[in-house]
Amino acid sequence: MPLRSDLRKVLVIGSGPIAIGQSAEFDYAGTQACQALQEEGLEVVLVNSNPATIMTDNAVADRVYLEPLTPETVARILRAERPDGLLATFGGQTGLNIAVELDRMGVLEEVGVEVLGTSLEAIMKAEDRELFRSLMHRIGEPVPESLSVASFEQAQAFAQEIGLPIIVRPAYTLGGTGGGIAEDMASLQRIVEQGVQASPIGQVLVERSIAGFKEVEYEVIRDSGNNRIVICNMENFDPVGVHTGDSIVVAPSQTLSDGDYQLLRTSSLNIVEAIGIEGGCNVQFALDPHSDQYYLIEVNPRVSRSSALASKATGYPIAKIAAKIAIGYALDEIRNPVTGKTSAFFEPALDYVVTKIPRWPFDKFADADRRLSTQMKATGEVMAIERTFEASLLKAIRSLEIGLDSLDLPGTDELEEREIERRLGQADDERLFLLGEALRREWSTERLHDLSGIDLWFLNKLERIVRTVQGIEQEGLGANRVLQAKRMNVPDTAIARAAGLIERDVREFRKGVGVRPVYKMVDTCAAEFDAATPYYYSTYEEEEEGSPTSDRPKCLILGSGPIRIGQGIEFDYCTVQAIEAIKQAGYEAIIINNNPETVSTDFNTSDRLYFEPLHLEDVLHVIEREQPEGVIVQFGGQTAINLAAPLAELGVRIIGTQVDDIDRAEDRERFDRLLADLGIPRPLGKTFYQKEQALKVAEELGYPVVVRPSYVLGGRAMEVVSNERELLRYMAKAAQINEDHPVLVDRYISGIEVEVDAISDGHNVLVPGIMEHVERAGVHSGDSIAVYPPQRLSEEQKRTIVDYTTRIAQALQVQGIVNIQYVLDDEQVYVIEVNPRSSRTVPWLSKITRVPILGIATRALLGQSLLEQDLPTGLWPEPTDRVDVKVPVFSFLKLIGVDSTLGPEMKSTGEVIGRGRTLDEALYNGLLAAGFPFVQRGRNTLLTLLSSEVREEEEGVLEQVSELGLALQEGDSLSTDEIVQQIRSGGVQFLLTVHNRQKEKSTRLMAIREAAIQRGVPVFTSFDTFRAYGAARRIFLRGVELPITCMMAATSVRQPTSVG
Amino acid sequence: MCARLILENGAVFEGRSFGADGESFGEVVFTTGMTGYQEILTDPSYCGQIVTMTYPLIGNYGVHPDHQESKGPQVRGFVVREFAELPSHWKNQENIDSYLKAAGIVGLADIDTRKLTKIIRQSGTLGGVITTLDTPTADYVHRLQSGAHRIERPVYEVTATDTEHHPGDRLRVIAIDYGMKRGILRSLHGRGLDVTVVPADTTAEDILERKPHGVFLSNGPGDPEEYGELVGHIKRLIGQVPLFGICLGHQLIAKACGARTERLPFGHRGSNHPVKDLLTGHCVITSQNHGYVVQDDSLVGTGLEVTHINLNDGSIEGLQHTEHPCFSVQYHPEARPGPTDSDELFDRFMKMMKAFGEEERDALAI
Ligand SMILES: Nc1ncnc2c1ncn2[C@@H]1O[C@H](COP(=O)(O)OP(=O)(O)O)[C@@H](O)[C@H]1O
Ligand SMILES: Nc1ncnc2c1ncn2[C@@H]1O[C@H](COP(=O)(O)OP(=O)(O)O)[C@@H](O)[C@H]1O
Ligand SMILES: [Mg+2]
Ligand SMILES: [Mg+2]
Repeated sequence: MPLRSDLRKVLVIGSGPIAIGQSAEFDYAGTQACQALQEEGLEVVLVNSNPATIMTDNAVADRVYLEPLTPETVARILRAERPDGLLATFGGQTGLNIAVELDRMGVLEEVGVEVLGTSLEAIMKAEDRELFRSLMHRIGEPVPESLSVASFEQAQAFAQEIGLPIIVRPAYTLGGTGGGIAEDMASLQRIVEQGVQASPIGQVLVERSIAGFKEVEYEVIRDSGNNRIVICNMENFDPVGVHTGDSIVVAPSQTLSDGDYQLLRTSSLNIVEAIGIEGGCNVQFALDPHSDQYYLIEVNPRVSRSSALASKATGYPIAKIAAKIAIGYALDEIRNPVTGKTSAFFEPALDYVVTKIPRWPFDKFADADRRLSTQMKATGEVMAIERTFEASLLKAIRSLEIGLDSLDLPGTDELEEREIERRLGQADDERLFLLGEALRREWSTERLHDLSGIDLWFLNKLERIVRTVQGIEQEGLGANRVLQAKRMNVPDTAIARAAGLIERDVREFRKGVGVRPVYKMVDTCAAEFDAATPYYYSTYEEEEEGSPTSDRPKCLILGSGPIRIGQGIEFDYCTVQAIEAIKQAGYEAIIINNNPETVSTDFNTSDRLYFEPLHLEDVLHVIEREQPEGVIVQFGGQTAINLAAPLAELGVRIIGTQVDDIDRAEDRERFDRLLADLGIPRPLGKTFYQKEQALKVAEELGYPVVVRPSYVLGGRAMEVVSNERELLRYMAKAAQINEDHPVLVDRYISGIEVEVDAISDGHNVLVPGIMEHVERAGVHSGDSIAVYPPQRLSEEQKRTIVDYTTRIAQALQVQGIVNIQYVLDDEQVYVIEVNPRSSRTVPWLSKITRVPILGIATRALLGQSLLEQDLPTGLWPEPTDRVDVKVPVFSFLKLIGVDSTLGPEMKSTGEVIGRGRTLDEALYNGLLAAGFPFVQRGRNTLLTLLSSEVREEEEGVLEQVSELGLALQEGDSLSTDEIVQQIRSGGVQFLLTVHNRQKEKSTRLMAIREAAIQRGVPVFTSFDTFRAYGAARRIFLRGVELPITCMMAATSVRQPTSVG
Repeated sequence: MCARLILENGAVFEGRSFGADGESFGEVVFTTGMTGYQEILTDPSYCGQIVTMTYPLIGNYGVHPDHQESKGPQVRGFVVREFAELPSHWKNQENIDSYLKAAGIVGLADIDTRKLTKIIRQSGTLGGVITTLDTPTADYVHRLQSGAHRIERPVYEVTATDTEHHPGDRLRVIAIDYGMKRGILRSLHGRGLDVTVVPADTTAEDILERKPHGVFLSNGPGDPEEYGELVGHIKRLIGQVPLFGICLGHQLIAKACGARTERLPFGHRGSNHPVKDLLTGHCVITSQNHGYVVQDDSLVGTGLEVTHINLNDGSIEGLQHTEHPCFSVQYHPEARPGPTDSDELFDRFMKMMKAFGEEERDALAI
């Protein structure tokens, strides 16, 4: 079946903001899908509310709607665009849910649009637990006994029949939201109730627990002619019971015999046929470690996080092929994108081992419950490729950037035996390192297996790593010992620690004995055919592959590693855009990165991709092989910037702002001096080196103050403290403070926070835009609603900001890009910080100003001045008829124990854009896109918990609440239990808890906020955010349709339906 | 202990010895299957060959009698990047090292198997020797260049010496054993067929005397050109009784009809070979292990038509006779190792036998 001739225009639904469970993998998938459609000459219309994505770029889609991903909005776009087809299987669960809803609303029929690829009927067969179960019974595929229930009573009856433990899984949620394993009736009740609330249809599945089985996934593709292939299978290191998104995963499976492999492969092929998949599909199995018995866990009838991983693990572009299938092609008609000759109907053969490790946010959230279970908690992941499991695992560990480079976690040697035993049984993010510690203590692998359920094969490999490092500890360096360690890819830093040396000694010793890595190609076929993928990994073997010679000069660009709070998809966007500009400038663009979810690690993005840790040693090896002109560190977030100094020290040329200037921006004392020289104010600040000095310093500056230790173990603990008592409490829990680890204290400036991204060639400076924050300073810039153009700044203030920005950029001789944050009080503009690199706001700002910031910055750092680029200096003209906002999105639902109060530490995981003719309109769109509810009917109770001081300050706002159609209820006199009960029973629709600068973590407030989050009730912890919601709500209440804007077309489309 | 692999082109790989000590010559081939090492080791079609696994970690789930495709390892040598000293699986009975030792098979580990694979891909299948002895490399190269790795007519090393009857309650099948994998027997016998396995050189007359409903021609090692007498037997079977051939069986049928075979540069060995059924348009992933192939342009006038092709190189994967009940495939529908997607070919064979039986009855009635 060739390309369907009846298709001209296709609408693709993106996945919206990044949240735990739904991350950058959908940008990768969506981008591939859009490109695959464009290649066929189809017009691609895209809707996505996430501005930080590559897929929302002009180059990828013909028409882009940066609009809220609600069924209503998508319906309006469908009516305006009248596409022939709809692709809903590339936008994660969000995309699927919207398509299902549009169908239910009758919109698809009304508009005459066809769902391409896997049909909605098929999707329902996989998504609806009941339909799925009965289908599996029919085709004889085993699923654990289960029952869909809507209440605890029903669940209880089931549990009495089949016995505990029982797993509870809510229908239609992401990342296992609201689910868990119940060991007893009390926990069953809790989990069932929470799950019923989390499920949009109030339904959960209670199921026999098969925790402890091997968890195995298959990535399958099927076309409409029933041709089926398995792209990759993957085995979880952590047995069933830990969400696959939170499990260490290897590809291909390691402990499955051919019989096991084929048993599950055949089963997955039967399943995709029975469901009627036309595209990509993920099938998850549990395999009994003691027999041939297996169970199906679930089927995801779409591309997923696992398909992104499988694509990167094999080189096979699943999303691209799935998109081609959706528009009519059969697998054997599609060209194999890797060999370029044969067909896409083939199954990759790997000749290496891939390891994925999740990246958890517990470094940011020291208070979070870090235990792992069936609900996903990771924000991102890293992947590594090597020829053995040991080597692949060790590469993945250092790719995580958690300060670890091996199986050693400092401090574990002090743990008591009982503690280690307990934590091996109940997985948490550190289990891998506790296994390392247990092995160092000579615990047997059988004992570890009994405790953890992890297969002995993996444990034996861990033991080999530990013994190899111990060998060096005992006998020091030796050519053979070092070679053996490097064959396991133990990094020089870990070898040095074991040998009591420094990294450089090991590096030199190693080179002296001729131990160095070679690079091998990822070619999908285990070298069976001649392929030319520019996709490499390092290993310690004989043959070097792929000639790095080129007739163009080369630039190495460092990526941003795993997605984590504070460093998200935005930096991948920056990296990809920079790569494009580097190529256009006539260079060969080479990238190092290790995040399997992203567009930057698609081997088609750069000229050459090195899938490697962003660790000094690994980066140096690539540099030695490639001999680039220099290295670009500005676009890969803090990951890349942090590598600049050590690389420069070893003689590597940094292209762009120089290391010394980077240091002048980042080193507190040098930065202070710079600002003093320029006569630019910053909040008064001091540094102290002993706890005893704290009170005196704060006294001198005057409360409130912002405190942050320059070094903290676990959690970056930056806080605003408003009195002596709070400061003492802060000091009590702060980490070590001494000469090497001082504490920085700044006067807290209450005022408007503003940030700018600027581009400079070292002389001239262009400021594409000033962005103003809705929340006053004190709420981290990444967690604030940002507004462009600024609404509250005077011309004078803007001039000052542009002037300061220009002078700072010039003084730092910025070549490329710089991000500066300011706070404005009534009198002055103060600088908060300067980031000598690209920032979180750049993708959003480039899209709304239409200034190609990254292209300009990249050309500037490669030596083309702004003048030569025909660009002005100073502030880019601001629009007068349009306002854009960027609204943060949080994942607190997944992070039990984390305080959702906004403060100077960033907590959000993603962001959405909101566009409008006025600020209020933009806020409405932005808050809607971020998931804030706007409904008129039914109850609309706003429960407030406010300190008296705040209440007085904000009386005016509270008085107007009724105009917003909200019923105000003051909760201060109610007991915690009463409030929690009211929230649980659906009696609260909004929660406003503001306790200005009173950071004591009250257990009462924590409990109430958590209950609200579990129930999906929006929690406002800043009055500024609440006011913004109020403004948006007024727009909503007006009931007038807002125009929907298409980014690429000049006109905006209008359709007459009512809002809400 | 150290071991070396020396190729006839002079290339040397030094690594770690496992399995037995000593030296062993063979044709060096690679297979891309990621699982199924024990099935590969015991597949008689590998007789005379030193097998390299492209997947680097081998032996992970140990060894178990269920994975045996014949009575024991058939390869001349085994090359891996790393073998598992401590395998893990509920069926595991011993590790691959001791298994190969007991069978007297030499193994080589810890070498750059990807480099070796590329050499084979580029220069075609080469002769080689794995050795733990100190014999100088030059000596080995010399011996290889004079053909020390070649064996003649390996079918006779692996075929059954006696007939072997596996009673069943359905149709009677004679399976000619050129080095038949147990998986094939399971696929036939598992369907209730009454299977008699006979030695490779059993004559057509001996076979027809047993009044089989069908004759199956198995896989096996070696160059089909060398087996003129076997082709002769088959010639006399075509049209007399339904025939189904796999791998070498397929090639011999083609030759019996007058087609030619040729050597592939480095063979098809693995569990991921894409095959298209030209009759239905449907594609399947197949398990393969062959170094020879039926020549495309030699089919004219043979009465054979191509039913299946390989999607990678377009080579012939399946044939059927336009007049007689006879079909064959180059790949392994019995899997082991590999996908079971083509299992239904055995059903097709059964159907063919039934239909033929009915035709005969009809003919008798007339
Ligand atoms: N019956 C069960 N018993 C024990 N653990 C289970 C069971 N079913 C699923 N799990 C675990 O829960 C995790 C999440 O379940 P899954 O159905 O895959 O939800 P999600 O949609 O969040 O991926 C799985 O990865 C698995 O480890
Ligand atoms: N002196 C200050 N006065 C008021 N708010 C501040 C001050 N310093 C920092 N902040 C707040 O803390 C947030 C984080 O501080 P910043 O120095 O930008 O750290 P980061 O490196 O995490 O971005 C800022 O976005 C701002 O809201
Ligand atoms: Mg899952
Ligand atoms: Mg900041």
